[in-house]
Amino acid sequence: MQLALFLIFGILCVAGALNLLFQRHPINSALSLVVVMMSLAVIYWTLGAEFLAAAQVIVYSGAIMVLFTFVIMLLNAGEEVRTRGSKAAYFAGIPGVLGVFTLLTYIFLREKSALGYANLGGGLNNGVSNIAEISRVLFTDLLLPFEVTSVLILVAILGAVVLARKEN
Amino acid sequence: MHLSDTQIFFLLTILKIVVVLVITLTSVAYTVLLERKLIGLMQNRWGPSRTGPFGLLQPLADGIKLFLKEDLMPLAVERPLFVLAPMIALACALVSIAVVPFGSLTVYHGVDLFEISDVNIGLLVILGITSIGVYGIALSGWASNNKYSLLGSLRASAQIVSYELALGLSLVGVVLRAQSLRLRDIVNSQAAHGALSWNILGGPAREHTAHGTVWVIAGGFQLLGFFIYLMAAYAETNRAPFDLPEAESELVAGYHTEYSSMKFAMFFMAEYANMITVACVATLMFFGGASSPFGHLFPYVGGHTAQIIEMALLPIFWFVLKIFAFIFLYIWVRSTLPRFRYDQLMSFGWKFLLPMAMLNILITSLVLAFHG
Repeated sequence: MQLALFLIFGILCVAGALNLLFQRHPINSALSLVVVMMSLAVIYWTLGAEFLAAAQVIVYSGAIMVLFTFVIMLLNAGEEVRTRGSKAAYFAGIPGVLGVFTLLTYIFLREKSALGYANLGGGLNNGVSNIAEISRVLFTDLLLPFEVTSVLILVAILGAVVLARKEN
Repeated sequence: MHLSDTQIFFLLTILKIVVVLVITLTSVAYTVLLERKLIGLMQNRWGPSRTGPFGLLQPLADGIKLFLKEDLMPLAVERPLFVLAPMIALACALVSIAVVPFGSLTVYHGVDLFEISDVNIGLLVILGITSIGVYGIALSGWASNNKYSLLGSLRASAQIVSYELALGLSLVGVVLRAQSLRLRDIVNSQAAHGALSWNILGGPAREHTAHGTVWVIAGGFQLLGFFIYLMAAYAETNRAPFDLPEAESELVAGYHTEYSSMKFAMFFMAEYANMITVACVATLMFFGGASSPFGHLFPYVGGHTAQIIEMALLPIFWFVLKIFAFIFLYIWVRSTLPRFRYDQLMSFGWKFLLPMAMLNILITSLVLAFHG
């Protein structure tokens, strides 16, 4: 059952990601990104991170991607012309991506015991919620990083206001 | 025939899904009739009265008409998205009913009979699904290739994204009190003293403890949160006085201008199903869900079997009654209030509702920190 869920949504996720790259219309790409985020949310949930899954859906698919499609619709962006692609991408990009992917896989497999891992579908069977634990950690041990991140977002908002303000 | 627990689980779950879907769709159809009747009465006319007794067969006639109409599709539309958009809207509107507990906890062979799926983040699931529902409206306007549709859907997306913040924040006070996002826990936190312990109210209630009877303060005092939720939810469902996305005097019909036949009906059903979802959430969060307003004041009557039936069915009656009250309020507001202007809508959402929701969270958490 858990394996079936993982396979269905894993394949959906990868297919959405590929579709995102191959579609020529920005709105189709944006919708593929929504599919990727929703499938990721389901996979988070099967790993027992139900709060992360909900936050992923509400924040990313529900708010940020709506703004993406909003901007695409507002600017009336048309289909893009397919180009051959740059040489740098072929000679440095693809090998680089493969290298990073191999390195990460190697590290994760080697340090599996130190990093800790969740069983696939382990979070689906127990009814307990980990939200209380998340909030405890967030407001005690990780308080400084949390607050610094919110200041960073505030600075970004101020920057946007300054850029968008009319000169008069 | 002997069935294993897994088989019972599957059969009961499918049965629950079918029954809940049929009831929801029927109530969607009859909400439309109710709205036409009530607005008619409020405007001093009859409303539909010719089809069947009191016009009761009108939804059936409407359904047949919409089903048999020719499905026109303009040539310049973006075909896949044009077809997909009403499906997204209706699916999102119907899926969120799945986590709503509409009766008291009644377990049969390990299956909860009166809730399709008991999720420990039920509230977040509902919020997430409603936030996905905006894609149906946004895409329909864009795919229609029509300026009125596009303007309508741009308005809808901006409005829904803005009011979603106030909507989410208005519910935080309730979550703080219940200390859980599971909808059954939230309902249980309001079940002790009937209407006195509902989140919208609060007041003195007698409680029997080991040291005798003491007076306690029950209730969540979330009146402010409730009104913020109600206003934000009206904006989320694009209903009057926030129905700018389909303002007929400016935008023809807004985002569904180019839709006909069943595709139009799907948008229509989605709007009314969303109303029902909003009514469900308001009932669960602020009005004690399926619990009785009298608490345990009146004992169950009759023999053992009769008591079991009463325990199962009375909560459903209270739940349906509360939902009906909210739907009535929706219709009442629609026939009473004029539409907002767009800049009024935005400044109301951002400059009034959002600060008030934050104030509500601040006060509730301070009180809970010092008192709870």
